[in-house]
Amino acid sequence: MTDQQQADLRKDEIEAGTTTGLASPSVDPTSDRQNSLWSDAWAALKRNPLFWIGAVLTVLFTVMAIVPQVFARGQDPRACDLANSRALPSADHWFGYDVQGCDYLSNVVYGARNSLIIGVFAVVVILLLGVAVGAIAGYFGGVTDGILSRIADIFYALPLILGALVLLRVGPETSIPIINSRGPGAVALALALFGWMTAMRLVRSQVIAVKSSDYVAAARAMGAGNTRILVRHILPNAVAPVLVYTTITIGVIIAAEATLTYLGVGLQRPAFSWGLQIEAGQSDVRDAPHLVLFPSIVLTLTVMAFILMGDALRDALDPRQRA
Amino acid sequence: MTQFQTDPAPSRATTGATLLEVEDLHVEFRQRSGVVSAVNGISYSLAEGETLAILGESGSGKSVSAQAIMGILDVPPAVVSGAIRFEGRDMLAMSAEDQRQVRGPGISMIFQDALSSLNPVYSVGWQIGEMFRVHQGASRKEAKRKAVELMDRVRIPAAAKRVDDYPHQFSGGMRQRVMIAMAIALDPRILIADEPTTALDVTVQAQVMDLLKDLQRETGMGLILITHDLGVVNEVADNVAVMYAGRIVERGTVDDVFTDAGHPYTEGLMNSVPQVEAKGGRLQPIVGQPPNLAAIPSGCPFHPRCARRRLGAEAAPGRECSIDVPPLRLVASGREAACHYSEEVLGVRAV
Repeated sequence: MTDQQQADLRKDEIEAGTTTGLASPSVDPTSDRQNSLWSDAWAALKRNPLFWIGAVLTVLFTVMAIVPQVFARGQDPRACDLANSRALPSADHWFGYDVQGCDYLSNVVYGARNSLIIGVFAVVVILLLGVAVGAIAGYFGGVTDGILSRIADIFYALPLILGALVLLRVGPETSIPIINSRGPGAVALALALFGWMTAMRLVRSQVIAVKSSDYVAAARAMGAGNTRILVRHILPNAVAPVLVYTTITIGVIIAAEATLTYLGVGLQRPAFSWGLQIEAGQSDVRDAPHLVLFPSIVLTLTVMAFILMGDALRDALDPRQRA
Repeated sequence: MTQFQTDPAPSRATTGATLLEVEDLHVEFRQRSGVVSAVNGISYSLAEGETLAILGESGSGKSVSAQAIMGILDVPPAVVSGAIRFEGRDMLAMSAEDQRQVRGPGISMIFQDALSSLNPVYSVGWQIGEMFRVHQGASRKEAKRKAVELMDRVRIPAAAKRVDDYPHQFSGGMRQRVMIAMAIALDPRILIADEPTTALDVTVQAQVMDLLKDLQRETGMGLILITHDLGVVNEVADNVAVMYAGRIVERGTVDDVFTDAGHPYTEGLMNSVPQVEAKGGRLQPIVGQPPNLAAIPSGCPFHPRCARRRLGAEAAPGRECSIDVPPLRLVASGREAACHYSEEVLGVRAV
């Protein structure tokens, strides 16, 4: 955010705070109330139908990832009968059967777990790397900033998919743990390693904007040390845009995972993965279009859910977007 | 600039020990376009219970000198030299960690704009309590209890109810009280107030100044009041140092300086304030602009704006205003001024 945006934000907080302050003065000294930026953002989110669509879909896919049995309509994804190969959807088997004659609905449902694990794990790594590197670069500036920013620039020069593809290709031949496993952890790490730079830049620019504020000078004048100033005073005022970015990024990572898997370097059979299912179904797309259609729809919905939530969150945290 | 190192002026209402000695303090900002000299060798001292007002226009270096004392200037680009002795120990020679220990319990500061000086994402109770958590390792509960006490002490009504409110939910005057509560939390020996009332309206200004005076009486702390408000200085300060272009140009007790200025700049300041006796007359502003600190005029920095300047043949030898830098010298009992012709200025306004 620019200084102007920050000023607007602060102004909006004042305006919003005046009314809430008058309407409901705090009476409970023990309550742990959220600050007004977040409570205002929540009020704005609650009114946004797109947020609710995203939130409901996210909850749905999350529950699906945790307890897929509930959604598989009693079918075992591994119980296959070749006699049913490529059978079209029916009332009993909503998504039909795949090439191996396995119930396709349960296969697609079981695929949610890997997608979400990879999405969330990759984003957690992106967040940790981005916040740590960005905060250090922004706060200390100078040579530190120069070195860290150039490292980020080098990673920027490598496209996400290409970088992850190369890493996953050579990964199994190395002895680095996780990376050499070809499991969800390897895919998530590969994607995070080539996707943390935008988060880092966001945090860095936020930290630079916030560190020159008067309350940081005040905190220093009161004898607070560097760590305390950075963690307690700067970061809480700098995280909002990063949060928005990472929410959207979960969706992007899930799509990237499907792409890598489709290209054959991500998850490997017999793992359940939408990318694998699309890849397996593509050769039969004329006879059995449902094999590509259903995993694609579910994949699109999942990605969309996170992007919708991220968009809604961005609008809620940016007062200029508010009506 | 050794000529500025003179003995501290005797003070009016102080009997306590010396808390702070600033000696030949210089602050420069090294920029690509050149060196900006914000503070050029100022020296002063502050005793227990004393209120020293530092008076000057915007850009005279008064805030920068305070920030240098607090150690909150970014170094670089700022370059601080000289000595700042707090209770005899030079803060500029201390380690960063030792300096940090002095900030808060030793020297504390109130900022001009309380809204931007309070962190918007924390409740005021959390921010006041932070002082106890940082310096005394207090628990959250203990810190909060002490925060409520402090808010009572600075007379914030319904402190127990408001301790969890956020800065934007307070009025300007109440926010400044929160700032003051934070600054006095650890009973500092010295409180620096950087234009504490500039952002407030007149009635609230008076309340805040009264509060500061009361707190000073209770604790005996030294108060450095940085302001351009002559009225505030007249009411609360014991001694005054007038700054111009990063130098102290006049120093003395408030009564002396205000009744009879010893420097043409101070004289100009006094003339630019409405006087009851001079009702109906025109105010006399000081002509011109404060100097660019990257290119301070030679000789007396005030000479381009000075009505009493003597140039060329008019000047006494060695006292040419555009060539010779006037040292801060004793011009009358307890009075110091940095003007070659101070004696001509003195007595003009004496009633």
